[in-house]
Amino acid sequence: MTRRSHPDVVVVGGGIVGAACAWYLAAEGLAVLVLDAGFPGGGATGAGMGHLVVMDETEAQFALTSYSLELWTALANELSADCQDEPRSTLWIAADEEELALVEAKAEFYHRRGVAAEVLSSSELAGEEPELRPGLAGALHVPGDRVIYPPAAARWLLDRAVEKGAAVQTDCRVEEIGSGWVRTARGEKISCDLVVNAAGPEAPRLTSGLPVEPRKGHLAITERYPEFCRHQLVELGYLKSTHTEAADSVAFNIQPRATGQQLIGSSRELVGWDLSINRRLLAAMIRRAFDYLPRLAELQVIRVWTGFRPATPDGLPLIGPWPAIDGLWIAAGHEGLGITMALGTGRLLAECMVGRQPSLDPAPYEPARLES
Amino acid sequence: MAETLKTEVTVVGAGPAGIAAACRAAESGARVLLLDENPRAGGQIWRGTRCGRGPAGARRWLARLSDSSARLVDTTAVVDTDGDGGLLVERRGEALVVEGERLIVASGARELFLPFPGWTLPNVLGVGGGQALLKSGVSFRGRKIVIAGSGPLLLPVAAALATSGAHLRLVAEQAPAHRVHGFALSCWRYPGKLIEATRYRAAFLATAYRTGVWAVAARGDDRVEEVVLTDGHRSWTEPCDYLLASYGLVPNLELPRLLGCAVDNDRVTVDDHQLTTVDDVYCAGEPTGIGGLELALVEGEIAGLAAAGRDREETALAGRRRRLERFAAALAHAFAPRQELAERVEVDTTICRCEDVAWKQLHPAGSFRQAKLATRVGMGPCQGRVCGPALALLRGWEADRVRPPLRVSTLGVLASRSKGPAGH
Ligand SMILES: Cc1cc2nc3c(=O)[nH]c(=O)nc-3n(C[C@H](O)[C@H](O)[C@H](O)COP(=O)(O)OP(=O)(O)OC[C@H]3O[C@@H](n4cnc5c(N)ncnc54)[C@H](O)[C@@H]3O)c2cc1C
Ligand SMILES: Cc1cc2nc3c(=O)[nH]c(=O)nc-3n(C[C@H](O)[C@H](O)[C@H](O)COP(=O)(O)OP(=O)(O)OC[C@H]3O[C@@H](n4cnc5c(N)ncnc54)[C@H](O)[C@@H]3O)c2cc1C
Repeated sequence: MTRRSHPDVVVVGGGIVGAACAWYLAAEGLAVLVLDAGFPGGGATGAGMGHLVVMDETEAQFALTSYSLELWTALANELSADCQDEPRSTLWIAADEEELALVEAKAEFYHRRGVAAEVLSSSELAGEEPELRPGLAGALHVPGDRVIYPPAAARWLLDRAVEKGAAVQTDCRVEEIGSGWVRTARGEKISCDLVVNAAGPEAPRLTSGLPVEPRKGHLAITERYPEFCRHQLVELGYLKSTHTEAADSVAFNIQPRATGQQLIGSSRELVGWDLSINRRLLAAMIRRAFDYLPRLAELQVIRVWTGFRPATPDGLPLIGPWPAIDGLWIAAGHEGLGITMALGTGRLLAECMVGRQPSLDPAPYEPARLES
Repeated sequence: MAETLKTEVTVVGAGPAGIAAACRAAESGARVLLLDENPRAGGQIWRGTRCGRGPAGARRWLARLSDSSARLVDTTAVVDTDGDGGLLVERRGEALVVEGERLIVASGARELFLPFPGWTLPNVLGVGGGQALLKSGVSFRGRKIVIAGSGPLLLPVAAALATSGAHLRLVAEQAPAHRVHGFALSCWRYPGKLIEATRYRAAFLATAYRTGVWAVAARGDDRVEEVVLTDGHRSWTEPCDYLLASYGLVPNLELPRLLGCAVDNDRVTVDDHQLTTVDDVYCAGEPTGIGGLELALVEGEIAGLAAAGRDREETALAGRRRRLERFAAALAHAFAPRQELAERVEVDTTICRCEDVAWKQLHPAGSFRQAKLATRVGMGPCQGRVCGPALALLRGWEADRVRPPLRVSTLGVLASRSKGPAGH
């Protein structure tokens, strides 16, 4: 294709969200330039768990996660092997009768919207996951969820964008975004028609007033124990932990990886840009997992790390135009669901940007909703 | 909940530096705990020294240690900090928290491996690894051995193997002749070192010691059977049952880096008292720059005195430290790995043994972290301890951030906290 002197769209950030946006925009025929301050997938995307999961805290969250899951599932045969994409059903674990009642309501919600889900009894749950402690009340089994390896998936999406004519520049930090231009740290001013701010947790550094803040999470990974758990296991209380008012919180979440390793989460805290390990919270997070899987304590751990979720005040991402600057669009603030929501986000954003009929109602995600 | 040990001075690593530090601090009246992951004190060089056996210097220091009030906590690995100024350690599967007012890190060094075709074959070992096997009682009698590595460690290992009845075929030093000879000449200032080297050389006189020669490939079916060597002009093969190929030492910087100590050019930054940039944390021995046994001892002594508040007694040692540092610098210059060692790597050469990553897979990456996320290099149980230093040399990549655990440990240990009220 013939290159114009300047791109139609500059996408700032080559994380999984920016990569998905670049792919869908390039597929619309636009000339796309992706700029990343480091390398694609080196931000939140390289730290995340890669659980592709339908979530139902709000209708809008459900709409975007379930739509994105459809898109991921449709890509299953195309993704490269290093994306480690695999179907991995989720078990939302109810510890007691009170939580089991919530599980039943959840099942009902999924059914009404055409997403497969079944309630497991206490003994069925024990049969599925023998390592779980006895006496748990049951679980919601969601068979359509998946797991991927996020940085490889971001790379794959960018490669597809490049096939459609996009260009990617790594080690290129954007310092300022204006109407129809960006200025890089090298002092270069790049003109374009449109800009997408997909800088993840760092997005507000480029667009002041954007209500996104870094929410730190810890993960721990074990040696290879391929038979230890078979499903992604999440405590039902996880939902509470995602929007608690408390300064920090932990919840049980474990994921068997394609490598046979077990990946253990999760914690949430607001401590600014401090990537260090909070030993107290790490210990609480791991011990929370022992409450569900007592024998986990014997498994060998090889590494712990942290990452920043880009969090917004209402728990929904920011996808759409930024009213203060003409031609600036936002795709950021996906908190703990950015891997899942990346495809739905990219598709919705591209449709809105070229003025096509959007696949989802964009209103709940519009950045303007949070302007005070 | 973990039991808590409280002390004034904690020393991590019971090699020469740690032993000297523990002795000096304890003799100055401080309460001292000396931690090491091995079952005995001695570190890399004095491994296997017992009462009545081993070099005189080693026996003297070990006796001094057991006469002191310092307490050796053996078979104990430091896994992490506890986040409250203490160390989280594992002893026989159990967690302990060690709370000291001051900490001396004497974590030593490990061997530098540089990948070449066949380096992952069984019976291809490090030079120090071969020495450790010998010390642990493995017999090499009658086995054909080629040593193709670098540095002064080649000499004692060759001597010990020859003495034990091994069929030592060749000792190849990668450094060029002029560097090695220049270094030997400069040694007139350190007559002890020259005498030592001559004694070692005398023990394997039947075998050639060749400078400017290095291994380019190891071959064999299920273990090494021959090695291809070169002097840069001519290549030839030597049959062997074992190949010892490593290129000097790299410091164990993981604990100091985890503690937040500044590290510059692969050395922990320390002042005249061996104090790091972190309050109350001292460092001695190889992590402050590869310097060998005597420098490790002097630095250990200084750190021990300083941590016990006896700074003024250090002056006598400062001169020796300066002299030994000059020697270490000459050593590093003489035995620096030659460029050709990097050129041996072929597309299919394994770089990361843990995760089975080949050289060609790394190609587009621009940093260690990027390569890690793309290929899993350095993501296995050794966490880049082997491939990290190799890639620093081959690609100029900086090590990735150090994260717990420092040693593979159980989740049960990692999740342990001190019993104290602050630990909940
Ligand atoms: C511990 C943890 C577990 C998680 N688990 C899951 C999970 O299981 N499932 C799930 O769906 N989500 C999960 N997430 C969330 C997910 O990782 C994030 O929501 C997602 O990665 C966000 O992607 P992003 O592309 O917006 O941000 P990033 O991946 O951070 O990408 C932003 C990119 O922008 C670049 N950039 C920043 N500033 C600039 C600039 N000025 N100029 C140029 N480039 C710039 C950065 O270099 C970076 O590459 C988890 C997150 C964490 C921390
Ligand atoms: C394999 C090998 C063989 C060597 N052989 C010789 C030789 O024959 N002759 C010679 O002159 N020099 C030899 N050296 C060099 C020698 O190590 C140094 O010159 C000198 O011993 C350095 O003393 P040190 O106290 O600094 O370190 P070391 O002797 O390495 O002692 C460090 C100690 O700390 C322990 N340690 C480190 N991290 C932890 C942790 N997280 N938790 C618990 N314990 C920990 C280690 O296990 C080790 O016991 C050898 C080095 C190596 C690596």
